[in-house]
This record gives sequence, structure tokens and C-alpha cells, in this order.
Amino acid sequence: MLACEQQGEAEILWHGDRDLKGADAIVVPGGFSYGDYLRVGAIAQFSPVMDAVAEFARDGGPVLGICNGFQVLCEAGLLPGALLPNTELRFLCRQVDVEVVNADTPFTSSCGQGQVLSIPVKHTTGRYYAPDDTLAELEANGQIVFRYAEGWNPNGSARDIAGVSNQAGNVVGLMPHPEHAVDPLTGSADGALLFASAAARAVAA
Amino acid sequence: MSAEATSPDLREEARALGLTDSEYDLIAQKIGRPPNGLELAVFSLMWSEHCAYKHSKKLLRRLPVEGPHLLMGPGENAGAVDVGDGLAIAFKVESHNHPSAVEPFQGAATGVGGIMRDIFAVGARPIAVLDSLRFGELDSSRSRYLLDGAVSGIGHYGNSIGVATVGGEVYFEGPYEQNCLVNAMCLGIAPQERLTRSAAAGLGNHLVLMGARTGRDGIGGASVLASAEFGDDDADKRPTVQIGDPFEEKKVMEACLELLDRELLASLQDLGAAGLSSSSSEMASGGKVGLDIDVAKVPLREADMEPFEIMVSESQERMLAVVEPERLAEVEAVCERWEVRCTVIGSVTDTRHLRVFSGDELVGDMPVDALVDDCPLYDLAPEEPAEQIYPAPKRTLEPSEDLAENLLALLGSSNIASRRPLFEQYDCMVQSRTVRRPEAADAAVLQLAHDTGGGSTAIAVSIDGNGRRVACDPYWGTVEAVLECASNLACVGAEPLGLTNCLNFGNPERPHIAWQLSQSVDGMTAALNELGVPVVGGNVSLYNQSGDGPIYPTPVVGMVGLIPEAERAAAIGLGFREEGHVIAMCGTPQPSLAGSELAKLRGEPLPTALPQADFAAVMQAQDAVRDAVRAGDLASAHDIAEGGFLVAIAECCLAGGIGAKLEFPDSADASYADLEPYLFGEAVGGFIVSGTREAIERLAQRVPTDVFGAVGGQMLELATGERTARVSTAQLRSASAALASVFA
Repeated sequence: MLACEQQGEAEILWHGDRDLKGADAIVVPGGFSYGDYLRVGAIAQFSPVMDAVAEFARDGGPVLGICNGFQVLCEAGLLPGALLPNTELRFLCRQVDVEVVNADTPFTSSCGQGQVLSIPVKHTTGRYYAPDDTLAELEANGQIVFRYAEGWNPNGSARDIAGVSNQAGNVVGLMPHPEHAVDPLTGSADGALLFASAAARAVAA
Repeated sequence: MSAEATSPDLREEARALGLTDSEYDLIAQKIGRPPNGLELAVFSLMWSEHCAYKHSKKLLRRLPVEGPHLLMGPGENAGAVDVGDGLAIAFKVESHNHPSAVEPFQGAATGVGGIMRDIFAVGARPIAVLDSLRFGELDSSRSRYLLDGAVSGIGHYGNSIGVATVGGEVYFEGPYEQNCLVNAMCLGIAPQERLTRSAAAGLGNHLVLMGARTGRDGIGGASVLASAEFGDDDADKRPTVQIGDPFEEKKVMEACLELLDRELLASLQDLGAAGLSSSSSEMASGGKVGLDIDVAKVPLREADMEPFEIMVSESQERMLAVVEPERLAEVEAVCERWEVRCTVIGSVTDTRHLRVFSGDELVGDMPVDALVDDCPLYDLAPEEPAEQIYPAPKRTLEPSEDLAENLLALLGSSNIASRRPLFEQYDCMVQSRTVRRPEAADAAVLQLAHDTGGGSTAIAVSIDGNGRRVACDPYWGTVEAVLECASNLACVGAEPLGLTNCLNFGNPERPHIAWQLSQSVDGMTAALNELGVPVVGGNVSLYNQSGDGPIYPTPVVGMVGLIPEAERAAAIGLGFREEGHVIAMCGTPQPSLAGSELAKLRGEPLPTALPQADFAAVMQAQDAVRDAVRAGDLASAHDIAEGGFLVAIAECCLAGGIGAKLEFPDSADASYADLEPYLFGEAVGGFIVSGTREAIERLAQRVPTDVFGAVGGQMLELATGERTARVSTAQLRSASAALASVFA
């Protein structure tokens, strides 16, 4: 909320509503939806609001999924792949270096190609997985948006993948938390670039 | 089972529930007849140490409970202090020791859930958790199991509900082997006008139960009654450790905060120990009213629960509110939106009795005063032991005159090694307030900019308590804990506002334990009076002992302080920062090896006294460090604690990722035996600081400050005359990472 408010008008959408309130971009945030008691994100994908988000995404609207939001978007079939338990099988909270692999998405256009961002991760189920042929396709299509910088992969993700996009590039998901890196006082402001990208695009449109 | 019928004499059952014969007789006298089973169950809990503080209440009256920043003191669900801008910080620490010793994951998880309910019960949004843990030595598989379970449980609850775990402490000592300690502290923030008290008021108002359904969890001692009434074969239905559901609590919390924000509740209380029994009687007592409860209306997880089980169940994630009839529909609407169960289970009366109905049948009728106020309070019979009652720790380090060897052994020891493998399992940043994360500074720092609408203030919080030091000297050990907590706050520029405590002790009916408790409370009182800091609330956990003997006496204190400018706190940490900065020690601690970590590693017997802290000198150093940090003068500040001077220096190197070169020209001729207490001895009141030469000189004008060297390189080098030691920062890091293997 704070990260979005820094860049423009922000509204909280209620899980039970289908009204997107005319948003230019949607962020599906982190958190343990439904306690993550079932497979992570498996229940939240059925929230009424997700019908509207899916339609918005199909129409090319920019959607960003962060952590649990990434997991929800994968469960909803809006993003390829899945998130598995970390190789250490524990919750891990750590500031990591994340490289912008594709600066040509609605959420990375304000970043430099190859720019390294300092952003925290905090999750138990963040190991990105997809079959090898899918991974090859993602590489070929430029759908790998973020990678953990060398030596920073905290969870055993395939090919150090921290975030991916759909084929059209308008839906992006990542495990690190850019919204916790928008204030130098709390450690880093690098994550603000993702929200600034979306805001710049909305203004331009 | 009717309250009016003549009950059989339940004296045997009363004994099994922990009541003495004279307490049983007193209950019968207060009710005017022998209690029935339900009443006995309720009384046995309300008159337990946990609820009535019958062995500690008289002592606790010695503690200072007044202060200029205090908004709400002991007696409410949590105390609160004024942090300016119309905001309050509510905070409290509580134990969940025994459940955690039985089932560490759920025990610790529900400990966190329970303390959060205390915080939002007073109308404050939980913003941070800290924990204080004690286990046996790590060479015991039971200790490692308890540690792993407790850490996972704390993370499970705090991470998923979205409250940052910003700090804590853990010690490993033999006397906690059977009886681990899990204390959890929570802080919450609220507009001052939203602070809510729990007293029930308004005749005819509804009593509303919110949250989870009630099950048989947490029905502990009262199962004696179950066995007596329903046959032994039913006892196995009654697990005594509660199961936490953080998602349910998140919904309950949001619903409660919205209800309070919209002023729809007359009062609010959480259900913790003793469940509905204690929450209802405390609400009634506070409001000087009576309450009628119909247990048949309580939503149940298991249909066949007996009325007494419903009254004593400790099922988690439940809250009790008083609601005016005309507000009920709005309350129900808010709860429905949050998908929180909300049921009218009774009403406020003028009877001053807690009357329990099951449908139309009256099944219990107890005077509220008798439940809450009439439990007999006992005087302790303290007796100072003639000699140390704890055995010497097991030796794990042979005495040596090799400085580097001793330093690395200390850094790798379980009580000093980096806590990173633990705190990385906790979300320390959710809600975006955390300016200083664990091991970045001596205290956690949380900015309040989002709460104050852009204001600059921050709060700092630290939790401390070293049981072995208190076992050496209950009075001065406790003084140390309080002063050290204030020193930690000073290192980030914070002025203490209030303190919460959890007194973890053995059986107070034993004279030596009574002596520890009484000395400890006196020490805490003395230190708080010197600091001018009040106790805002807390908790007592007694009877922490096993066949192996009592735990170390462990008063845990959590202190909250105010920082005028968050940016200053963000610029300071414990780590050395810049090549060429001057390193100095400020303050005049009188360190000794007695009771130190080094003495522990060497298996030396615990002494029976610690050096007495010089209050004025310690506070002078704290004031000087705090002011220097607030002025932005220092690059780093770190309180010297476990392991002493050299360990503190090594910690500054590790946190900053840079080396240091130290020289001690004055002690060039000193023997090793003279040098050792200085380098590894422990005492409160010393700080390692670094900064420019001018900054250190300014500090020296306020407080005795000795310059020892300079920051730089990747070696920690030390020279006293001919004696030298050289350790690389990589070696320091590797030693300090010892706990990683425990979680591998």
C-alpha cells in the first residue's frame, strides 16, 4: 500500500468484490492467504476478485504478484511454473541482490537492464520450478524478469529465477518483496523502481 | 448438576486441582455452600498462581508503577506509554513455558498468539514481537528439539499473521534442560483515545464471544473432575496443549480493531489462561457488575462438552466483548465481513455474581469478588541458601593464556554465537517500520512515520535477562538485566519509557526460591527507581522446576524507549563503520570473571555474589552515549555484555565487516591473570563506541572514555606490551556461525 501510495493513488481491493475501481495496475500482495494451510495460494485463486484480475490481465492490464501474490498468480494459471518449498525447508528472511533480467515489462521499465536491486525475501515456499522445456521457453521469450544475483539464490530456485512474466509480459510475479525496499530508512529504496515503472506507464497511457 | 442442590464434598478433587483444604473451605464459605464441580473448576483456575498471583502479588506491589509517560499500568490486558503525537505504545511480555516444554511448536506459537490478543484487546495494532528463550545445553537432543520447535512455532504465528519479530534473546544452560522458557513480548500502536479497558459496564448489555469455536484444548488440571464424573476412559479426549490458528487470529484482530475504531464496543477482553472463566470474571470485577453466561450458546467444536469444560477451555483465537443492544447489529455486520463468528452468550447484570446457565438450568453461581479478589495471598518464607544451590556448569574449555583461543571459544559458544540462524526464520520487516533489524544494533528500532503522518519519531525495544547471572546474585543480577536493557536502548539513542517483566522462577514455596524471587524483585525495584522507569505490566511464571531442580531464576525484562529522530537511529549500529575511526570504551564498568561466560566454559562453580553496579556511573554513561547518538556524533555504539570487552569488540568487527587494531600501553607489564578479567570479565555500564577523534573527544568530556585503537583492515589485532593476538574477521565470522549447524 505504502509503496503504491508513493507513486500515485492507491486503493485496497476487497477479496470478496469483483470491482477493480478503475485501477491502471493491480498488485497482488504477499501475506499468508487463508493461512497457507493448504498448498500456498491454492484457495486465494478462487477469491471473487481474482475473476476480475484475470480478466484485467487477459485484456493486457499490468498485474504484479509479490510472494504469496506470485504464488496465487501461478495457481490461477496467469503465470507459468510453480513455487515449491525452499531447499532448506525453513522460512527465510534475508536481504538479497536481485538482477533485472528483462527491463521491458510494465514493472521494470524504470530499471536498467541488468541492474542489481537490494530487496528482501521472506518465505518458506519460494523455490521456482518449471519443467526444463518450459524454462527454455521462458528464457527464449524473455519471460525471466528477475534472477537472484550470483551467490544470492536463497531457496534453490531453478536457474536462479526470482520472478517471471506471462508471455505477453503484462503479468509479472516475483518472490522478493520490492514493497519492503521503498525507504532508505528501512534498508533500501531499490524496490520503488517497480512501482514507479507501473506509475510511469499509467501516466503515459 | 444444579448449583442450588447440595453438592457432595469435592475436597479430594479440590486437592487434585491444586487447592489446599483451607482454600476449599474458604471457597465454600464465600459461596455459602460447598462448590459444585463447575464452580470448583472455575475457582481452582481463578485461585491458581497463574491467575491470582497468590505467592507473588505482595512482592510485586514493591515495583514502581507510576511514571510521566505512563498511560495505562498493570491490571489491564497490557500497559501503555505515551510516545507523543497522540499515540500510545501498548506492550507486554508473557510466558508460555509449560506448554512449550510439552509441545514446543504449538506452545511457542500460541504464546505469540496469546500475547498479541492482549495487545489488540486494549485497542492497539500489534506491530512487533520479541521473544526470550531458554533451553538446556545444545549437546542435548531434547534441547535442540525444543529450540527447533519453538523457533518454528514463533515464526509460524508471527510471520503468517503479519507482525514483525524484531528481536529477542536465547540462552542455553543446564538447569533449563527439562523446563525450557518461552517468553513472548508484543508491542502495539494505537491512537491514545482508542485505548480500551476491559471492565464490563452497562446493565443489560450483551456479552459477545467472538472468534474460534470452543473445544477441549487446554483443559488441564480440570480433567480431574472429568475423570471423577465421567469415568477415566474419557480423559484422553482432553489434550492440554492448545493449537494455534494465526489466520483465524488475523481475522479476529482486524474485526476487533475495526469495532474499536468505530466505537462499537463497551469493553473488550481476550481469552487466555482459564478461558471464559477468567475473562468473564475479570471483566465483571473491573466493572463492579455481574455477568450471566449461557454455555449452551457457546459455539462448540465438539457437541458433547460439559458446561465446566466450556468454562475452562483454553481454545485460542477468542475474544469477549460487551456490546450495547442497539449496537449489536453493527457489530454483527463487521464480524460477518471479516468472517468472524460472533455470538451473544450472556449479559451484564447487577448481581455481582458470575452465574453460569446451561439453557434454563443454573449450573454455577459464584460471587465475582470471591473469584477475583478473595484468593488468599501468601507471604513467602525467603531464606538465603548457605551455599550456591546450582551445580557448576560442565567444563567445555580448558584454561589457557591464549587470547585468540579464548576469544574464538567465546564467540563460538552457544550463548554468544550469532543468532542469525534463528532470526532469519522470522519476518523482521513486515508492516515497514523496522529501521534496525536483529544484530544490526543493540536494540530494535521501529519508525512511526506512517502512524504519525510523517513525523520523525521512532521507538526502540530490547528484551534482556541472564538467568545464570541472577543465579549468582538474584539482587545484582536483576539490577544488571534492567540496566543492560536501558544500555541497549541508549546505543540507538532511546530514552526508556516503561518496562514489562516476566518473572520465571522455581517453586516459591521453597525458601531458597522465595529468597531468589524476593531479592530479584527488590533489585528490579531499585534499578527502576534509579532509572525513573515504571513497570507497565507483566507476568509471573512460577514452579519452573523438575526432578533435576529449579531453573535458574530468570527475570526477563522488556523495555520500550523513544527516539526523537528515526534517521539518527538508522545511521547508528553496533558495527564499526569506517577505516580510521577511533575505538573507545566509555563508562567505568568493574568487570570480573565471576559468573562470566568464560568462567562457565571453564566449568567454574557459580559464585554467590556479583560486583555491585554503580548506578550513577552506569546512568552517566548511558546518558552520554544516548546524547551522542542523538546528535549523530558516533559511528557505532555497543553495550559490553556477555563475554566482556574483547567479545564486544569482535561483535563490532563482525557487524561492520571490518577489522580493528587495539593497543593497551598502560597494561604492557600486566600479567595474563591481571589482563583476563579486563578483557573477558563482565559487568554492566561499559560501551564500545567508534567515531571521529573529535566525536570521541566530545564524548570524553561527558563521561570517562578511554581510546584503545582504530578501525581498519580485516584483522582484529591486539597488543599489550609483548603479548599480541591476531584474528582475521573471517575467523571471527566462522566461530560466530556456530549455531548454523543446529538448524542444518
